[in-house]
Amino acid sequence: MPQIVCENLSLGYEGETIVKDLSFSVEAGMYLCIVGENGAGKSTLMKAILGLRPPISGRVLFGDGLKKREIGYLSQQTDVQKDFPASVREIVLSGFQGRMGIRPFYRQGEKDRAEQNMERMGVADLADRCYRDLSGGQQQRVLLARALCATEKLLLLDEPVSGLDPVVTADMYRIIGELNRSGITIVMITHDVAEALPCATHILHLGHCVFWGTRDEYLRVMKTAQEGKEARSAWKQ
Amino acid sequence: MEAMIEKLALYMQYPFVRYALIVGVLIALCSSLLGVTLVLKRFSFIGDGLSHVAFGALAVATVLQATNKMTVVLPLTLLAAVLLLRTGKNTKIKGDAAVAMISVTSLAFGYLLMNVFSTSPNVSGDVCSTLFGSTSILTLTKHEVWFSVWLSVAVLLLFGFFYQKIFAITFDEDFARAVGVNASRYNLMLAVIIAVIIVLAMNLVGSLLISAFVIFPALSAMRIFRTFFSVTVCSALLSVVCALAGILASILAGTPVGATVVAMDAAAFLLCYAAGQIRSGA
Repeated sequence: MPQIVCENLSLGYEGETIVKDLSFSVEAGMYLCIVGENGAGKSTLMKAILGLRPPISGRVLFGDGLKKREIGYLSQQTDVQKDFPASVREIVLSGFQGRMGIRPFYRQGEKDRAEQNMERMGVADLADRCYRDLSGGQQQRVLLARALCATEKLLLLDEPVSGLDPVVTADMYRIIGELNRSGITIVMITHDVAEALPCATHILHLGHCVFWGTRDEYLRVMKTAQEGKEARSAWKQ
Repeated sequence: MEAMIEKLALYMQYPFVRYALIVGVLIALCSSLLGVTLVLKRFSFIGDGLSHVAFGALAVATVLQATNKMTVVLPLTLLAAVLLLRTGKNTKIKGDAAVAMISVTSLAFGYLLMNVFSTSPNVSGDVCSTLFGSTSILTLTKHEVWFSVWLSVAVLLLFGFFYQKIFAITFDEDFARAVGVNASRYNLMLAVIIAVIIVLAMNLVGSLLISAFVIFPALSAMRIFRTFFSVTVCSALLSVVCALAGILASILAGTPVGATVVAMDAAAFLLCYAAGQIRSGA
């Protein structure tokens, strides 16, 4: 049983469908990259998986011991967050909110795990610093540490490297790759196909033509498409 | 100096002065706690809109000659709070425009009603005191004081109990929802609390000046402090100190209570702003 199964999903807003009849599944340990043009519905798909925005039709199922509330989510930065007075520790701890129910305070075990996750993301020495004083790359690591508090199984990352410089971007991909090797399933939206392809195991391409399969199949299809295009332009001449 | 203390001691003997101090401090405390969240969530304009709705509702209550005005004002303001919260997302009219629309409509209707169905000879005096809260805090009854005390205690308990949840939905509502926090429920709770505070605060500062109570302490605290917890605590302390100083100053100088407290808040903001600039420069 896969961790996530999407069956015949149609997504969109206000009557306009942008993704039609999409089916795919995410198995434990996968590194799935979701690529495609702007407005192809990548973020909308992620929100449908998280239950933030209901699909027009179709359904999302969870299995293999994964519960809907045990997904770590790294969203795109909002305006609110850019100027927010909060310490790194406060933010990382808030990753536990989902499983706390109505309990008002954090347990010692949760505090310890938050420390471990900060160590793991290399932000432990920033624990008492203010979030808005950190660099873009440090902020993303803090949000990753928070996501790790919410999950041990699967991370959904929405453009984790947007706005980061090349060195920090490479570092982010390295961290995400390490998390994947430690057994966490990764589902990542990205613009940056060239950078992301080497680590991915599977690709979901949204847009005019939809592709779902392993990375090697994707490379083959892309190559054939490229050759076809070249053949056509050669024939025209 | 001694004359001042004597004068204060004299005033303290009157129960209405003590009542005004108690209610003023409680309102300042509650509104500043909620203010941090409202400012950070970019919801501060909702406080402003609600205070105008409360003015309209008070006009309705006056015209209906309700014996207890609270029974009209509180439900109407609560209703408006819930509606405004819903317009914040996914509607044709954008949130800020909807708030502006509702608030000017309530102001206009309130003034219209008070004029057309005038129940007292001095309409402009009534309107002025509702807008700027000139005297009503000095006419509080014991019953009203206890009402304010219980409501404030309820607000403080709710805030303390749900503090971590409020932080989570303020910092990142999508993430909180994704991990299973019922964000809509907590947003509704915040809207209800803010409506209650605004109705309480109308007695003290009048409906035009309430927003200052909500936003100034939070903004001041954010100039100096850098964690959510310290900002919340500092905002509450600042607000209480300003309210106490403002009410005492207004007694000594014979100035309007609400305006004096807001002037104190503004002065505190300038001080905090300067302190923040110096600190970031150093």
